[in-house]
Amino acid sequence: MTHVMQAAAGGRAVIEQASGGLQTGAWMLVALPLLGAAVLLLAGRLSDRWGHWLAVTLSWASFVWGALLFFDLRGLSPEGRSRDLHLFTWVPAGAFKVEAGLLLDPLSLAFVLLVTFVGSLILVYSVAYMEHDPDRRRFFAYLNLFVASMLLLVLADSYLLLYVGWEGVGLASYLLIGFWNHNPNYAAAAKKAFVVNRVGDLGLSIAIMIMFATFGTVSFAGVLPNATKASEGTLTAIGLMLLLGACGKSAQFPLQSWLGDAMAGPTPVSALIHAATMVTAGVYLMVRSGAIFEGAPTAQLLVVIVGAITLVFGAVVGCAKDDIKKALAASTMSQIGYMMLAAGLGPVGYVFAIMHLLTHGFFKAGMFLGAGSVMHGMNDSVDMRRFGNLSGPMRITWITFGFGWLAILGVPPFSGFFSKDKIIEAAFATGEGWRPWVFGIASLLGAGVTAFYMSRLFFMTFHGRKRWPAEAHPHESPLLMTVPMIVLAFGSVGLGGLLTLGGTFQNWLEPVTGKGIESEPVISAPLLPYLTLALVAAGVALAWRMYWAAPVPEAAPTGSVLTRAARRDLFQDDVNEAVFMRPGQYLTRSLVFVDNRGVDGAVRGLAALVGGLAGRLRRWQTGYVRSYATSMLAGVIVVVLGVLAVRI
Amino acid sequence: MPWLTLIGLIPLVGAAVIWLLQTARPADAYVDDLDEDDPAPDPGLVAAAEAAVAARARIVALVTSLITLGVAVVMAAQFDRGKAGEYQFQEKLHWIPQFGVSYALGVDGIALTMVLLSVILVPICVLAGWNEVPGRRAAHFFALTLVLETFMIGVFAARDVFLFYVFFEAMLIPVYFLIGLFGGPNRRYAAVKFLLYSLLGGLVMLVAVIALYFQGKGGPDGFLITSLTGLHFSSTLTQRLLFLGFFFAFAVKAPMWPVHTWLPDAAAEAPAGVAVLLVGVLDKVGTFGMITLCLPLFPDASRWAIPVVLVLAVISVLYGALLAIGQTDLKRLIAYTSISHFGFIVLGIFAMTSYGQSGSVLYMVNHGFSTAALFLVAGMLIARRGSAQIADYGGLQRVTPVLAGAFLVAGMSSLALPGLSSFISEFLVLVGTFTRYPVYAVVATVGIILAAVYILLTYQRMFTGPARDFSAGWRDLNAREVWVMAPLVAVIIALGFYPAPVLDVLNPAVSRTMDQVHVTDPGPTVAVQPAAEGTNP
Repeated sequence: MTHVMQAAAGGRAVIEQASGGLQTGAWMLVALPLLGAAVLLLAGRLSDRWGHWLAVTLSWASFVWGALLFFDLRGLSPEGRSRDLHLFTWVPAGAFKVEAGLLLDPLSLAFVLLVTFVGSLILVYSVAYMEHDPDRRRFFAYLNLFVASMLLLVLADSYLLLYVGWEGVGLASYLLIGFWNHNPNYAAAAKKAFVVNRVGDLGLSIAIMIMFATFGTVSFAGVLPNATKASEGTLTAIGLMLLLGACGKSAQFPLQSWLGDAMAGPTPVSALIHAATMVTAGVYLMVRSGAIFEGAPTAQLLVVIVGAITLVFGAVVGCAKDDIKKALAASTMSQIGYMMLAAGLGPVGYVFAIMHLLTHGFFKAGMFLGAGSVMHGMNDSVDMRRFGNLSGPMRITWITFGFGWLAILGVPPFSGFFSKDKIIEAAFATGEGWRPWVFGIASLLGAGVTAFYMSRLFFMTFHGRKRWPAEAHPHESPLLMTVPMIVLAFGSVGLGGLLTLGGTFQNWLEPVTGKGIESEPVISAPLLPYLTLALVAAGVALAWRMYWAAPVPEAAPTGSVLTRAARRDLFQDDVNEAVFMRPGQYLTRSLVFVDNRGVDGAVRGLAALVGGLAGRLRRWQTGYVRSYATSMLAGVIVVVLGVLAVRI
Repeated sequence: MPWLTLIGLIPLVGAAVIWLLQTARPADAYVDDLDEDDPAPDPGLVAAAEAAVAARARIVALVTSLITLGVAVVMAAQFDRGKAGEYQFQEKLHWIPQFGVSYALGVDGIALTMVLLSVILVPICVLAGWNEVPGRRAAHFFALTLVLETFMIGVFAARDVFLFYVFFEAMLIPVYFLIGLFGGPNRRYAAVKFLLYSLLGGLVMLVAVIALYFQGKGGPDGFLITSLTGLHFSSTLTQRLLFLGFFFAFAVKAPMWPVHTWLPDAAAEAPAGVAVLLVGVLDKVGTFGMITLCLPLFPDASRWAIPVVLVLAVISVLYGALLAIGQTDLKRLIAYTSISHFGFIVLGIFAMTSYGQSGSVLYMVNHGFSTAALFLVAGMLIARRGSAQIADYGGLQRVTPVLAGAFLVAGMSSLALPGLSSFISEFLVLVGTFTRYPVYAVVATVGIILAAVYILLTYQRMFTGPARDFSAGWRDLNAREVWVMAPLVAVIIALGFYPAPVLDVLNPAVSRTMDQVHVTDPGPTVAVQPAAEGTNP
């Protein structure tokens, strides 16, 4: 066995060759769901009857393989848990040579388990949720394509192969947001998501180019351990470009505008792609590229700033939305802001970023599935002003959603308490001068606002007076839908504790992320949880007063200036339209005009000139041999002179 | 075995057979009529006879192009991949020894790839044009297509500058007639514009070709490319002027901004299959000429021209993409996307890195397939709707899901989605440019955002939204159309996962070119431990 990756700063593990059937066959993780997608798309209507079960089976098969692989790696010493599986030479272009390979390590395995487990649960849920859709087979094909791409994203051992998964999930997201694209708004939402993501991809592309120009390779094993040798300027450039990519994929400021519209997709899609997994890929990229950011403090600081802005932005928007899915989307954006903030704090934050990512994956997916269950029982309505008091007819949905709500609030001992409080504490503890105060207070206030808008959502939907229209007959969803919700609710309750107690997850990730130096927060550490809980309690109480105790009007009141701004997503679309879309359209139109009249016109003018010349030339066609001979002579002289001139 | 001559001759023979059959057979139909002393031939019989001509013509065309493909594959199998940087299957006959002109053929990795691209696309285009032209005129359509194939093979295989020029100009003739006879309502204007532009470019090149000959040693082999490489030019200015003569012709053909305006007209008016050959193969002669003639023949002038060429290439990338976004006609849109893609190809060639140039040649192949797929889907749409206006479509995804899927795959390939073939070539071009000219690369990268806009906007307009009245009773792809699309989609996906077979034959040829231009790849700025590179035990 060769030791491929040299130990980097912070005592990171070496990468060894994959060995044993489980590891060398790890490509099956990606291949199984990909096979499902291919079969369902190629077999067409033939697979209408069994296609969805094939998709579900293959996704679970991937999970089983991932789980076995997890136990396999856990049996090794912590330093030996990073394994590289070389597949084939992918792009052999002289000096630019990229191998296709998978990196099996604690970080990628954590993602594999999250993606395949939550993904498979959501696939099961979708069997019932999409039962009456004529295109259910296509839906499952796309979901399988998504799972395969997401696994490739997290398992790739080079930035270029990661890019393939990165765009693969983008494609699946595009296809699924636009799954009901006979609605023109949904079609526009799908396109918007893809195009905004492409802006991020521009960043990722350029980052990879700088890596190659600097290190001569784009593999993790080639770039990351050598990052310390590059100049800070270079690392900053790479870091900023990676951050741009992460902002696109993870809907972080300023590329956040697509996520709210992405709720056009069927709700299982929102749960899986736009809450639990794909949108967290940016956080993965930040943590995976930790070695680069640690050498580029400016870029690292910007990661924290982006995270802080987004967590506040999403929380504010979440307070104003009456559409249950859009409120959850704003919450997702805000929670990923927390993860980004943590990822920007350096090694000390990586573990909490990923842990919050995992717990969030469970509780947010659970809440989205709950929202889907509510929609299922309420004729696909998403307007929370027409819900209310659904705790009665939809008991399981209410309870499972309630666990998710407690988890995102950070009430002990639910999952979010362990992951979010740690991020707040780390924010108060990292950096000097103004930084711990600004980022700490932002994340602390964010927790309070989160408590308000999530309680608002929960109370408006499940409590207070019932406000359903007469034709709605809310009912509990079938078992295929409730069982996944129940399983995810268990995660909302216990996952945080499970990962935290005894430092389980910290020890697991340490070989990849390195060990951070913990410092004391600027506010007394034992006091901090109480402060957080007090703010959370205040948020819940306010929501209770406004949306449970007081009647909720069925038509939204006009609201304050801030409310109206938040309803419009703080004018994100207006800004994009004014700054990019309208000038772009103007530029395009004027170029079309110029191309038709200007460039082409100039050439046509030349043609007319030639035509006129030809008319004059015709007069030379006199029919006299001597004049022909003269012109021939003249021609020959010109040619000879030309030749002589060139020769000289 | 004169493989290249054989591959070039087969389509020509097929064309001759088609023409002979169409003049010989239909007369029989009239003879029967005359026997009955009926002066006017029965219109039904005439129509049947004409249909028979069309049927024979297309079968002969398909069989011929498939045989050509088969023979080309057999030849490619014998290509020595270890020596892909050398010219193989060489043939040489003195043609006009007084002027040093020879009939010399041969292919290296680059030329072989382009020949294969041509012979793969022709049968697909024949199949796509199956019902394009009704009646006996179909014979001319298919015969001209086959003649074009011969010239395309010739131009890629020529190892003599004069012979290259002859094929380069000869290609214009069948294309001129294919557009002028079988094109859309504005076909005459488009055909003449195409011809004038190409002739202008060709004439400038002819002057340069002749002048180049006088720079060489002369003699019966004077026009061979090998005799003309590594020349000591009489002056720097001479070399630069000659370079410009060649480059101008290739820039018109490619086409680059600002000499691009013939392409949207020609591609919009040409039948879909012809547009495929025009944009997919013919235009590649421009970029092929840049890398296989301009660079090795005029190395110093090529390096001198880099800044200007790169600026033009980056303008082409962005200009073509922006214009594509603004189009209302589907075929013009595809033409403008190609101008953008050609910008990338030229960028990669003149960035002077081996991976950039390998990427460019791979781009030529991938662009051939992805644009072919786009044009052919466009043709299938137009055959159903009778219009190329994007606004005339809408809501087709639910009506014809397979057709929509085919468009989406072709479109994703055009916007270079990672995992599809065009991504690898586009990324190689960009990274190849970046290591030497980062600013140009970064600006060109903006093209990937614009590409997403022009493809997805078009998909949104044509395929999403509620189904509209016009599409009532529409059928999804039929078997023939599936056979047209399936090979293209298969290649686009396969080369995305595993481009090594193509890159392996391109790399040695590109390295040789790099040597001829006296450039080497820039190295990484940070020395990386060798242990970190290898992943093999």
